[in-house]
Amino acid sequence: MAKVTIDGVEIEVADGTTILNAARQLGGASVPPAMCYYSSLKGSGGKCRVCLVKVAQGSGKDPRPIPKLVASCSTPVADGMVVQNLTSPEVLEARKGVVEFLLINHPLDCPVCDQAGECDLQNLAYEHGASTTRYEEERRTFEKIDIGDKIKLHMTRCILCYRCTMVANQLTDNRVHGVLNRGDASEISTYIEKAVDNDFSGNMIDVCPVGALTDKTFRFKSRVWFTKPMDAHRSCTKCSGKTVLWMKDNEVLRVTARKDQYGEVKEFICNECRYDHKNAADWTIEGPRHIDRHSVIAQNHYEKTDLLTLKKEIERQIEFQKGKPLPLALNEKK
Amino acid sequence: MGRQLLLEHIAVPGIETFEVYRKMGGYASVEKALKTMTPDQVTEQVKSSGLRGRGGAGFPAGMKWSFLDRKSDKPRYLVCNADESEPGTFKDRYLMEKIPHLLVEGMITSSYALGAKTSYIYIRGEYMYVLQILEKAIREAYAAGFLGKNILGTDYSLDLYVHPGAGAYICGEETALLESLEGKRGNPRLKPPFPAIAGLYASPTVVNNVETIAAVVPIVNLGGDEYAKVGVGKSTGTKLISASGHINKPGVYEIELGLPVEEFIYSDQYCGGIWKGRKLKAVVAGGSSVPILPAELILKTAKGEPRLMTYESLSEGGFISGTMLGSGGFIVMDETTCIVRNLWTFARFYHHESCGQCSPCREGTGWMEKVLHRIEHGHGQMSDIDLLVDVAKKIEGNTICPLGDAAAWPVASAIRHFREEFEYHVKFPEKVKNPKHFEIEPFVSNKQLVMA
Amino acid sequence: MATEKETIQFSDSALSKAKEIIGRYPEGKQKSALLPLLHLAQSEFDGWLSPAVMDYVASLLQIKPIEVYEVATFYTMFNLEPVGNHLLEVCRTGPCWLRGAEDIVKRIEQKLNIKVGETTADGKFTLKTVECLGSCGTAPMLQCGATFFENLSEESVEVLIEKLAKQKRSSYLRPTEINVG
Repeated sequence: MAKVTIDGVEIEVADGTTILNAARQLGGASVPPAMCYYSSLKGSGGKCRVCLVKVAQGSGKDPRPIPKLVASCSTPVADGMVVQNLTSPEVLEARKGVVEFLLINHPLDCPVCDQAGECDLQNLAYEHGASTTRYEEERRTFEKIDIGDKIKLHMTRCILCYRCTMVANQLTDNRVHGVLNRGDASEISTYIEKAVDNDFSGNMIDVCPVGALTDKTFRFKSRVWFTKPMDAHRSCTKCSGKTVLWMKDNEVLRVTARKDQYGEVKEFICNECRYDHKNAADWTIEGPRHIDRHSVIAQNHYEKTDLLTLKKEIERQIEFQKGKPLPLALNEKK
Repeated sequence: MGRQLLLEHIAVPGIETFEVYRKMGGYASVEKALKTMTPDQVTEQVKSSGLRGRGGAGFPAGMKWSFLDRKSDKPRYLVCNADESEPGTFKDRYLMEKIPHLLVEGMITSSYALGAKTSYIYIRGEYMYVLQILEKAIREAYAAGFLGKNILGTDYSLDLYVHPGAGAYICGEETALLESLEGKRGNPRLKPPFPAIAGLYASPTVVNNVETIAAVVPIVNLGGDEYAKVGVGKSTGTKLISASGHINKPGVYEIELGLPVEEFIYSDQYCGGIWKGRKLKAVVAGGSSVPILPAELILKTAKGEPRLMTYESLSEGGFISGTMLGSGGFIVMDETTCIVRNLWTFARFYHHESCGQCSPCREGTGWMEKVLHRIEHGHGQMSDIDLLVDVAKKIEGNTICPLGDAAAWPVASAIRHFREEFEYHVKFPEKVKNPKHFEIEPFVSNKQLVMA
Repeated sequence: MATEKETIQFSDSALSKAKEIIGRYPEGKQKSALLPLLHLAQSEFDGWLSPAVMDYVASLLQIKPIEVYEVATFYTMFNLEPVGNHLLEVCRTGPCWLRGAEDIVKRIEQKLNIKVGETTADGKFTLKTVECLGSCGTAPMLQCGATFFENLSEESVEVLIEKLAKQKRSSYLRPTEINVG
């Protein structure tokens, strides 16, 4: 086990844990953002550089700081390590720089992008970006292409996280797309017109942090925040069958895998569940999907709450208004 | 001319053949090492020699060797980095082309020290004809019993191969080189793990520059302590300097570390002074990545002491007033040179060579090139100059590999030392329309121009 | 595609060379031979790598075609479109620029009546500019196939072009002996 301090809070984690995962175990505001790292994809991370943090003390044994900022997603903790994320102006400055780099060639076409509202880049830019651009040069563009009949590749929006190639490598037995060319001409492509076609290819859409890969069966059907996400499952021979149905009235507009609070899918789903069961009757609906209340998707969504909980919450607020310190909420940890 | 440890016999006719090379004392280090020394003793000699990596970073070679995981049950590899691509650097090509057996000999002695049974020389693809020279030398060494099974009758066996790259500066970064050698895109790896633990095929690997490996030959022959007597302080031995640009005698020179920069530029033994009787304006002393220095700071440090060709003296003053020895790519510019245009060619180079894996380098190098292009062609604004400084700062230190730093340093240093020239391009767009603007009218100072 | 693929086949000598190259790398690490094999393929098949040629190389190494495309598009020496018999690659980076590389490019453009990136109508020459070729002490220079032509002047580059025009395709593997004074 290793004790590590992140933004002044100490936590003990297993040896070999990365700084990012230690921060995630701690939770809260000090978790560095991640655009390319994906815990269930081997070899992911290190590329986007938004998770850079400062190691102010290397370890208890060797307290020297690491001179450069490190990628928290791929740097393991050491016992006695002291990490600064939000508490380091240097980190915030560097992160702002990375966000700017990610945006200079991005089309900023959020108004017509299907990913809007559930886009990691949009959120990142909102939190860390500048409100104006200093980039006056022509932006890089690529043609939109279909890779397969269900997936649209909008390369201009891509941030080259490589996650989709890892999905193809690790979930399917025949990767036909990859990263071609190099430098700022790099692109995700099949090189020759070939369809990405196998049972798990749809997961490329779910792991894409931006609107580069979108579900053609959902494109322009609805803004995501006007849909109702419902946890659902069906019995499936290829995958767990556990999904989220994105519904409008009783119509299933889209099916995706379930993402955790860091936007990661832990159980990938097959294409049959994703594309071929757009009928609500095919599913056992478990109930509304929990959506972080800060997300735009949470608008108009009310999760069922029992009266007892509600009563307790009201009592808590009354205590506070009487001038006492705010007691812990029910789901809050000490 | 100082002492020559690598190129001593370079002018001997036929030195590229095994026969002549052997006659001149070649392969003595292999005999000495294999017959009279243990592998660890060879490593000790390299340590005591104080030899520092000649590829650019200047990391102590013996220390790098000592990091190699010798407990692993995986095979160990020695890979020679002959991907020489740093603009201004061509010494490795010269060495391999003219005296290929020196590298082959160094590879055998070094492989023995490291316990490698298979070693590779990764050479940049553009040097295809040099690859053939090396392959011929290797065939000759096999035929003479210096490679293959049971070398010189000992139980040490080694296979040596040359592997071509195919046009990618980034493969000079050691982990990108290993990726490339594995048949992949040259994307640098995240470190740790370092190659000494998990390098080629995830096995313990040492990657050394051509000149570093060649230097092992005189180190073993003379003994590490004796080698360390050549040079000054922590800059031991000799260094190959690639001299290019506006000098009378461009070429590769082997110098004893410690030679005054002024002597190197002006002596007829070396660069022979500035061409066409012109004045020196600036020097990039260690390959395009290192900070450019104006004439007064390359000849003398900010303290007024003569600048020497050593790792320490060249970096005296830090990045404020100093630079780095780097790969020894010594690029000289005369008074007619446009610093902005030169920088634009460098920025274009790094933009072209970025692997594209991490965002700051992928996006930032292209941005810098475009802004520099605008300034050089008379379409810049004053705010662009500070923008460049800031973009360079946002790249530096934040990338996976050192290419980001290498792209940022030239920009930052050129603006630091030649800011007026950038301002001139913004203020007088008409005057920079002709690409040879400063050949027509050398740049002196803005202030004078404003008055005129 | 399938029929085209069948016609792609190394010559016997190239095939045995390919096997020798694959043998330089440990068992199971044959992908290491990819760059040398692509060089060989480019030289065998008219100086460029068509998708069919890349698929053939993939089959020789038992790897996926996409693995070859990813690599071939990363390295600048691989031509992914047909090029002229003589691919003139003029170095344009700092040290060559300092000694007149821009003038060399201009002179070639005039002489061949093409711009950088273009091929002459007769298919003999393609002109490209490239980044540092490690020939800074003998600048300006250009590479044509496996040959470096160094210390060029505007006059000597014209002579070079005239001499090359009389020759067959420049080899990517073997340097040619042409004296341009």
